[in-house]
Amino acid sequence: MGISSLIGTRLRERRMALGLRQGDLAQEAEISASYLNLIEHNRRKVTPEILARLAQVLGSELSALSEGAGQPLAEDLRAAAAGFPNAAAEVDRLEEFAGRFPGWAAVTAGLQARAGQLERAVEALNDRMTHDPHLSAALHELLSALTSVRATAEILAETGDLAADLRHRFHRNLHLDAERLAGGAEALVAYLEGTDGGGAAGEQGLSAPLEEVEAWLAGQGWHLQALEDGDLAALAPGMEALASTAARALAEAHLERSAAEARLLPLDPFRAALKELGPDPALLAARFGSDPLTVMRRMALLPGAAAGFVSCDASGTLTFRKPIAGFALPRFGAACPLWPLYAALGRPMQPVQAQVETPGPSGARFKVLAYCQPALAGGFGGPELREAAMLILPVTGTEAGPALGVGSTCRICPRADCPARREPSITREGI
Amino acid sequence: MGREVLLIEDEENIAEAIRFILTRDGWQVVHLAEGRGAARRAAELMPAVVILDTMLPGASGLEILAEMRSNLLTAHLPVVMLTAKSQPRDREAAERAGADRFLAKPFANADILAVVRELAAGRKTGLGPSGGAAVA
Repeated sequence: MGISSLIGTRLRERRMALGLRQGDLAQEAEISASYLNLIEHNRRKVTPEILARLAQVLGSELSALSEGAGQPLAEDLRAAAAGFPNAAAEVDRLEEFAGRFPGWAAVTAGLQARAGQLERAVEALNDRMTHDPHLSAALHELLSALTSVRATAEILAETGDLAADLRHRFHRNLHLDAERLAGGAEALVAYLEGTDGGGAAGEQGLSAPLEEVEAWLAGQGWHLQALEDGDLAALAPGMEALASTAARALAEAHLERSAAEARLLPLDPFRAALKELGPDPALLAARFGSDPLTVMRRMALLPGAAAGFVSCDASGTLTFRKPIAGFALPRFGAACPLWPLYAALGRPMQPVQAQVETPGPSGARFKVLAYCQPALAGGFGGPELREAAMLILPVTGTEAGPALGVGSTCRICPRADCPARREPSITREGI
Repeated sequence: MGREVLLIEDEENIAEAIRFILTRDGWQVVHLAEGRGAARRAAELMPAVVILDTMLPGASGLEILAEMRSNLLTAHLPVVMLTAKSQPRDREAAERAGADRFLAKPFANADILAVVRELAAGRKTGLGPSGGAAVA
């Protein structure tokens, strides 16, 4: 970069930190006070000889005054200028701008970085728009605000003779749209993390059949008394609420399986055993001559059970999700690879037990129990199918200990240094 | 040949910015903030160019465009569609419906100015709509 014109600012900062007057420093460095004033305001380049004398008087290393700092800012400002080619920004005077107006330069660079983040986020989410009506509407809102910000910012940057009332009006629009952008981005992230209580998804239409079934079950508290009574026919009218054929087929399969579980693990005896043995799927399975995975499903779907549950097939695709507050389950795509669910998937028939912690300031701890069970649905010669399940239980005060940091899915997980990260997150850097 | 542009856009701040850009370039901008009655207004006004947002209250941009194209008066009015969706299928839907140009949000002010000038010039020289090549 050569000798940066930001040097003036640094010289001034150093002089003021030492409590030196401009005239005294100029005299010591054998230059005129007016020349030093110009240098300090980045209006004159300083020669290497004078800089060396000033550094000596100030007790600074020469390199501390002339190198390094400001380069990232300069790059951000260059990027901002490149985004508005018609503005003909004076790129050759960029360092002078940054030096004379460091606050405004930081604001400009910050806005550039923010716009870049939002554009990348929008680009990354674009392919989901047609699959999720709520997301589509949220992105439309975000893009509209971004369009307005861009158009207004260009007008302000490129129109030198803008009347004061118009300038004021466009500034106000910019401010309102910036707030709208921030609010829109936060709402979007909350939606993706599933922290909007599911209301949006429930009200605005769900796209995936599994989500339809889960929303239907959630609406009934995840428990259907008719299953305990063995009366599957009584549930038929309620299933008409499911919009798609695929959702109804999934629901029928779920109900048949749950009815079988209810027969195998009758409600009252199972509750009594749970109270006696504690939430141990292996012990409960042995008591009822069942298997741990069936017991885990039954535990999660008991009336009023404070337990989350997820299951997956051999590909890792989630096949069932019952949420629990504080543990975000991904609505789309693959889940966090660190979930003990996947550790269990890799070693069938071996129980996995762990404490996990969710990310963020509101991070919560859970005890999770995971288990994988192979099935030979096609007979001995057929393919081995696997189903893994993970029961997510709240941690009681006495169970606190080391916890594994997990997330929902990489795309919206803020753990930047996660060794299992497979793709960048859109929630990093404060989005 | 008029210098009027009919802008159908429900986002107030976007409309204000577009109006400013075009007005400074000598265009007279007539703005509608909803889709209802937009096709009829286009037939009354017969502007040099119609700028049409895709998602509008009252009637969608594609519905308005279809109505315009079915009316002999407005069938050949140059139309540029603005949309927040940049998926190829959305672009294709706009082109199938008869849009002459397509601008995906967020667009640069220079882009919209260039499109308006180009479409208006094409009409003035009797070339008619250019057939739907996308700008953005």
